[in-house]
Amino acid sequence: MSGAARENGATAVIECDVAVVGGGPAGIAAAARAAESGAKVVMVDQGMRPGGQVWRHRDTSDLPRLARSWLDRLNRSGARCLPMATVTDATSDCVVSVAHRDGSATVRAGALVIATGARELFIPYPGWTLPFAMGIGGAQALLKGGMRVTGKRVIVAGSGPLILPVAAAMARAGARLTAVLEQAPAAALAGFARTLWRHPSKLADGARYRSAFARTPYRTGSWVVRAEGEGRVERVTLTDGRRSWSEECDLLCCSYGLVPNVDLALLLGCAVDEGRVVVDPSQRTSLPRIYAAGEPTGVAGELAALTEGEIAGLAAAGDARAADRSLARARQRWRAFAEQLALSFRPRRELRDLADRDTIICRCEDVPLSRLDPSWSVRQAKLYTRIGMGPCQAGVCGPACHFLYSWPQGRVRPPLGGPEVGRVQEAGFRVQGLQGNRKQETGNR
Amino acid sequence: MGESVEIVVDGERVRVSEGMTLASALMDAGVIAFRVSVSGAPRAPICGMGSCFECRVTVNGRQHQRSCLIPCAEGMVVETGSGAGRGDAE
Repeated sequence: MSGAARENGATAVIECDVAVVGGGPAGIAAAARAAESGAKVVMVDQGMRPGGQVWRHRDTSDLPRLARSWLDRLNRSGARCLPMATVTDATSDCVVSVAHRDGSATVRAGALVIATGARELFIPYPGWTLPFAMGIGGAQALLKGGMRVTGKRVIVAGSGPLILPVAAAMARAGARLTAVLEQAPAAALAGFARTLWRHPSKLADGARYRSAFARTPYRTGSWVVRAEGEGRVERVTLTDGRRSWSEECDLLCCSYGLVPNVDLALLLGCAVDEGRVVVDPSQRTSLPRIYAAGEPTGVAGELAALTEGEIAGLAAAGDARAADRSLARARQRWRAFAEQLALSFRPRRELRDLADRDTIICRCEDVPLSRLDPSWSVRQAKLYTRIGMGPCQAGVCGPACHFLYSWPQGRVRPPLGGPEVGRVQEAGFRVQGLQGNRKQETGNR
Repeated sequence: MGESVEIVVDGERVRVSEGMTLASALMDAGVIAFRVSVSGAPRAPICGMGSCFECRVTVNGRQHQRSCLIPCAEGMVVETGSGAGRGDAE
């Protein structure tokens, strides 16, 4: 062991049966069910409190009943939660390095559940780097975090079911909702709605959200072309493919659905196919003792995540009820739903042509479109331009370049999650087996 | 909602509710440039969940803290890219 770790003394070693990474619905269900089955469970989550993005809250009274009941269940289950903690490294023998604000921890588990959720797909357009242009989910998170939008002119645009609750929340919070746009054509939406008979609660939710912003049209087949303004978003140009128009705007929420967070799975060496972690009916990945649940296996929303989380938690705890018939049936339904979702809201080709030569593609390293050659490999692009090598580690530009150029996701290396160097040093020294050179690298960074 | 607490943003005192997400509080406080990009452009959060790193600010002297992951607390001192000469790129 090196001096840094000894001197700091802040690295705790936590032994458990099941480690769950991510505290959204999938992680909560996995942690609760595993703990109820008698396993010693540790759940590592980046958020201030369990809930993930969809159940983000400041007070549980803000949450729907389903969320409250799962959070209660998690509390009662005895699972231990590590909030505001980022996984920086993990190995396939279920050793997880964690950095948090006051130090670091090493979690040694018998099994691991990947419940890392999803992030938004941002498709670059001119002006998307201006302050107050953000993602739909990003705006929702900031709104839930207490941001005021009263009287602000807000546009919600992009793609996916998330548009409805966010537009509704903006309207309820007193925003002047000037436009709500869905890029998918009306026919695709109608087709999607027809498949929802199997999920009546989703239809009811949709209708409720829509009524909350009844005065603003919900335009399908329409999208944001560009944003402009002096140092911040002031005007946005929109199009329906035939006609373009401009709207004054204080807050532009624009993103194109969700992409699974598979960095941790890739780091561990789990098989990933078309951006989704490959799992068997017990949610086991290609690696023994490593499970995945929720959005990482295919974006399908919170109810799907709960089902998969329950199965993964039970399986990780060695509980035979993981093979429960009704869970298996629900799982099948949700996998079909995920396919339908991906198909219905697939971003249209026109969105590939939005960015102009000067449009920044990599926001961390300020790499504009003109510096990129679509014929490059990801490795070449990184070497020539530093694209994807900044703090977000291609979290934003990676999915964008996949959409624009069909570039595959680049190799994932530790540390994950952009921790401070000091935290990596503390955490890194404690992980056995693979460190060797890395000690040196992080030490010299 | 939590009780009201005072934080300091680029030298100015701001009252916010305790536990409010710092990024949300900074938006409300009128901060436009959370950070300044490597080519000198103002940037503000886009993801709100810790993955884009655009909301980085200096909190109580610690640089590059993602303000979307931090709850506001009494006496917190925040420096953003909007403050003169602050928030420079690495």
